[in-house]
Amino acid sequence: MKTKVSDAKKAYKIQQWIAGIVLTLGGLLVAIPFIWMILSAFKPESEVLQLTPTLWPETFTTENFIYLFENMNFGVYLRNTIIIVLCSFVGLFFNAMAGYAFAKYKFKGREKLFYLVLATMMIPGQVTMIPVYLILNQMGLTNTMAGVVLPGLVGAFSIFLFRQFMSTIPDELLEAARLDGASEFRVFMQLVLPISKPIMAVQGILTFIAGWNSFLWPLIIANDESLYTLSVGLSLLKGQYGGNFALQMAGSTFMVVPIVIIFIIFQKHIIEGYTISGMK
Amino acid sequence: MKSYSKTTPYLFIGPALLLLALFSLFPIVLALVISFTDIDLAGLADYSNISFIGIENYINIFKDPIFLKSIGNTVFYVVFGVPLVIACSLGIALLINFGTARIFKAFRLVFYMPSITNVVAVAVVWTYLYNPQFGLFNYLLGLVGIPAIPWLQDPTIAKGSLIALAVWRAIGVNMIIFLAALQGIPKTYYEAAQLDGANNWKQLTKITIPLLRYAIFFVSITTMIGWIQFFEEPFVMTNGGPLDSTTSVALFIYRNGFQLSNFGYAAAGSFVLFVTIIIITMIQFRLQKKDTDI
Repeated sequence: MKTKVSDAKKAYKIQQWIAGIVLTLGGLLVAIPFIWMILSAFKPESEVLQLTPTLWPETFTTENFIYLFENMNFGVYLRNTIIIVLCSFVGLFFNAMAGYAFAKYKFKGREKLFYLVLATMMIPGQVTMIPVYLILNQMGLTNTMAGVVLPGLVGAFSIFLFRQFMSTIPDELLEAARLDGASEFRVFMQLVLPISKPIMAVQGILTFIAGWNSFLWPLIIANDESLYTLSVGLSLLKGQYGGNFALQMAGSTFMVVPIVIIFIIFQKHIIEGYTISGMK
Repeated sequence: MKSYSKTTPYLFIGPALLLLALFSLFPIVLALVISFTDIDLAGLADYSNISFIGIENYINIFKDPIFLKSIGNTVFYVVFGVPLVIACSLGIALLINFGTARIFKAFRLVFYMPSITNVVAVAVVWTYLYNPQFGLFNYLLGLVGIPAIPWLQDPTIAKGSLIALAVWRAIGVNMIIFLAALQGIPKTYYEAAQLDGANNWKQLTKITIPLLRYAIFFVSITTMIGWIQFFEEPFVMTNGGPLDSTTSVALFIYRNGFQLSNFGYAAAGSFVLFVTIIIITMIQFRLQKKDTDI
């Protein structure tokens, strides 16, 4: 009997090791593009074009990054991307406001309006792409920053998540604040938002990532290079410097590494966010 | 009890709802309307140039060989992409959930990483990896004596190469969803099964998979909708080539709308896509319902 138990334990341990090894190999496979990208970004062009590639840069150089900012407009792209990120936080605030109203106010048409909001989640971007372009054109917003930012400013899924979280705030808390004479907007700003920190953290990070990565609307709306974002600039770089892989890898590294750093710092919030939002 | 005025709630939902109405709901109606017109750049400049042409766009689009090809490609992406994404993300989630050592938590990060990175940036990186002369993949294959593969140059292989990149990006989010569902399964089920002498395989197929049914259903719907809208990868990496063998329906719509300025024609294409998504979602819900009835 005893040997049977220890046999089972041994088998279990071996299984654990096998799972670990399989995941390590898979993880390595998943990480290869990142590793290769970063290492290649610091190689001179001639080294990247060698037929026997080097793993570690033989001559370590930062000239690719300098070239991006001096000869390409990566400084401008970076500025535009940051503007988009900042604007999307205004959108996040609108989402929080709407989510709060749907969670905590009773008003005519609440259910119907909320279903309408949820219905917009089903609409694929390709269907709205052309009419939204025509609407922005009619408003005179093509080739402007406002035109780039507006279409993606608010999102149904974000409103939904805010509503889910804010419904758990006790009504008594809000009533007490109102009795103290706080206006509705003050209740929202000074009571509801601080309580909603966990969902704010998740949404804030996801908003940052989405803004930083935004590609389609800048691509459609911006004709001027002065309005390009980093992703549009990078796809332009791929077209113009098709053979210069070191430069392309530097551009990609510049886009990916900040996100990876932010992700590693805040990963706990993001991964837990799926549990908060009840996406089980 | 109610101390707020009647207009307050509307002020709170106002900004978000206005933007959603203008950029999500109204465009649907507009898309339907313009899909029955011949609007192009001339029509954009002067609305009197637009004329109503009935269902001509819809008739023409189903005669358009490139559109038909893009449908075929998209079906290819869905048929191979969806099962691959589910198998990979579920497999990884099961292994991570099985592990007891601390290191297994770190694996979550590694596998999640690709899904948050910029699609253009990773498409640029993968194009380099796939490069027939200087790419890493062909170099590694060369080391073990396998001849170079034309990753993005051969029509069929190119589709596979794009799928590989998209699967790489899709694993993260779906793995997290599966992990959350796995952690919701009570441990007592497995303990009871072990007492009855069920082996790992039996536990997996008789307890885990059936209890994950809802998560698998959710992931398969969202993944399928994602594949139907497949756009950035072919746009950046192959621009639909070689010979339109990687053009997806979404890329076809983008190209007709914004490169050829056939807005009405592209809108018709986008409606075909929309209706397809709705029908597929409805079929899947029907199947799911039948499944739970049993």
